[in-house]
Amino acid sequence: MRVQFRVKRFNPEHDKQPYWGEYEVEVESTDRVLDGLHSIKWYIDDTLALRCSCAHGICGSDAMLINGRNRLACKVLIKDLKAPIVVESMRGFRVLKDLVVDMEPFFAKYRAVKPYLVNDEPPPLTERLQTPEDRARYDDTTKCILCGACTTSCPSYWANSEYIGPAAIVAAHRFLFDSRDRGAKERLQVLNERSGVWRCRTIFNCTDACPRGISVTKAIAQLKKALLFQTL
Amino acid sequence: MMYHRHDAIIVGAGGAGLRAALEASATAEVAVLSKLYPTRSHTGAAQGGIGAALGNMEEDRWEWHMFDTVKGSDYLADQDTVEILCREAIEAVYELEHMGLPFDRTPDGRLAQRRFGGHTRNFGEGPVQRSCYAADRTGHMILQTLYQQCIKNGVRFFDEFHVLDLLIEDGGCRGVVALELATGDLHIFHAKAVLLATGGFGRLFKITSNAHALTGDCVAIAFRRGVPLEDMEFYQFHPTGIYKMGILISEAARGEGGILRNRDGERFMQRYAPTLLDLAPRDMVSRAIHAEIREGRGIGGKDYVHLDLTHLGRDVVEKKLPEISDFIRTYLGIDPVKELVPVQPTAHYAMGGIPTDVDGRVIIDEQNTPLPGLYAAGECACVSVHGANRLGTNSLVDILVFGRRAGRHIWRFVREADLLPLPFEPEAPIRSEVSRILEGTGRESVADLRRMMQQEMMDKTSVFREKAGLQEVLDHLEELRERSRKIRVQDKGHSFNTALLEALELGYLLDLAEVTVASALARTESRGAHYREDYPKRDDVNWLKHTLAYRTPNGIEFRYKPVVITRFHPEERKY
Repeated sequence: MRVQFRVKRFNPEHDKQPYWGEYEVEVESTDRVLDGLHSIKWYIDDTLALRCSCAHGICGSDAMLINGRNRLACKVLIKDLKAPIVVESMRGFRVLKDLVVDMEPFFAKYRAVKPYLVNDEPPPLTERLQTPEDRARYDDTTKCILCGACTTSCPSYWANSEYIGPAAIVAAHRFLFDSRDRGAKERLQVLNERSGVWRCRTIFNCTDACPRGISVTKAIAQLKKALLFQTL
Repeated sequence: MMYHRHDAIIVGAGGAGLRAALEASATAEVAVLSKLYPTRSHTGAAQGGIGAALGNMEEDRWEWHMFDTVKGSDYLADQDTVEILCREAIEAVYELEHMGLPFDRTPDGRLAQRRFGGHTRNFGEGPVQRSCYAADRTGHMILQTLYQQCIKNGVRFFDEFHVLDLLIEDGGCRGVVALELATGDLHIFHAKAVLLATGGFGRLFKITSNAHALTGDCVAIAFRRGVPLEDMEFYQFHPTGIYKMGILISEAARGEGGILRNRDGERFMQRYAPTLLDLAPRDMVSRAIHAEIREGRGIGGKDYVHLDLTHLGRDVVEKKLPEISDFIRTYLGIDPVKELVPVQPTAHYAMGGIPTDVDGRVIIDEQNTPLPGLYAAGECACVSVHGANRLGTNSLVDILVFGRRAGRHIWRFVREADLLPLPFEPEAPIRSEVSRILEGTGRESVADLRRMMQQEMMDKTSVFREKAGLQEVLDHLEELRERSRKIRVQDKGHSFNTALLEALELGYLLDLAEVTVASALARTESRGAHYREDYPKRDDVNWLKHTLAYRTPNGIEFRYKPVVITRFHPEERKY
């Protein structure tokens, strides 16, 4: 079948303004939006820039705005969408070229929450023990692939890019609820700052946008609660 | 032109590169270059688990793991290296746990383990629970955990820097040339040591589980710079890729009890591997599927079979296999708890690659002579622990054990080695190649040539091979290479010119396709993943040896290297 795409194009090397590129490509019923974009790039206009790698929703390279929602282009089938398929870069990050945005501020915020296990106690010769129940407490937030879909769907982030954003909070949650971690104090301090969890207005866009099905808003709420009641 | 100087450069930020970076950066000043962001690396796509004889569920020993790996390799793996792999696997897993990896746990809080293809107790008696896992997202957890530790340890990253050349002169490696994607600028990285950890090259084939990024760039570049490639004829097809898409359905699905069925609903693995059944090694299962299809027992007579998970129950499918359940729902629109999943073999893993010793040092001949300053680890390397066929879970063991060993050797090496001077105009060759592509006025398209190569490789160089077909592929590759000199890219810009990079990647793939096919044509026997219909038997008298392929002005030349055999003498491989 043939399908129409409208892709927001912008190359700061020569464009003053973004513009819409209109394309029609032949696709199969199993094709993903990523396949459609590749058909454009490979057979119509190779100047189209996008990031991709694994093509099955695990590497987090190709988050973008598809028909008005943040999705991974490789995790949406074309047949499930209304045509024309409208594709834009994620909102709130600087556009480097077409669908490619500057991810550096995003990763800087991730790094700010100390996204690693903090535990200086000497480890045992074998594994540290952790019950399945303790393991389950942080399971949901281990699934994050750092695609940026949550942060760039968040109106609070659009309003103020100082906000650390849902993805960094998810990373903090993953460690704060891990029984092996000892870094709670420093991490909670970061979350309690003006740029921290309190900027969340519980809008749920992040949860809707997450391609991994993480209950992002719930994780943020758990951290607000932890800060208010000093409990984890 | 930007100039950088570091003790060591690590190219690739998957499991092997990051594990090496953690080790080397303890004392050396290291920079990691990746053409992606590190968390996009394909280690993250590994699903089922990491094999280590912890014995948490039942008795297990590293010697059994070693035996399984050697037998799984069809006796081509070097047994001294396999011994290191299986012994150090145990410590590697505990180390990951100490770094915070969220493994699944047993009720008493220890690391849970499950069955996996080809892993047995007591030298082949029956399946053993050896694979440590985090649901079916083990690779994701490994990649995240290692990256997190690198952040903790302040490892320096150059994200989206695409390495395009290796600076090797007078038998020593002196650094790399990389293109910065954001600007199109070339950068020289001058270093005492370079580790290649760039992963595989599944994009040689039409149907693959591999990421778009897996185009074997540095393997091809090393080959062009005079490094031989070892055992390239051994390329693994994973039995269960999603039909037509190639997306991996982990062996964990069969480890948890999944069954392969043909059009008659028959559990056909009973006829091919009566003891291990669906958990036989991948080469055998892939061949069995192809044989069923050829004999008309594919589903509806087509080129796929069914993976049956319907008897496992919702709880097992959702809790133990959540990722693949999600893939099946997303891409096939079916519920694996209730419906059969259409699968076909998918190009998955290169057993061959850049030859190295057990410390990751790249070696350049059959006497194991190292090339000073150049290292390789992970899928791009060939140690060789996987021989002619890799067992499931052993790729993750490989990246951790040999990534760490390479990292450790690098910090010892850079402490004593001098920084060798750079060659004259180090970026000149790559600058002229880039100009040639950008200024090309031909009519050929990169996508067309790549598609033809992938189709040809899939048709004639995959699970079954024979002389005439391989020769046809070689001839066709020659034609494609000729045509690739006349490609044209529209994008002449600097920033994120991925059209230019895809053109360069096509060149790497064509090189690797040629050496793969030529190596396969030369090996007139069947062993592991390399199955020659015209030579269906393993031939230990003539072929119990590693291939070393060299690029010469007269084409590819072969030398051969003996296999190291210590504990287990080659036997017929039955499961």
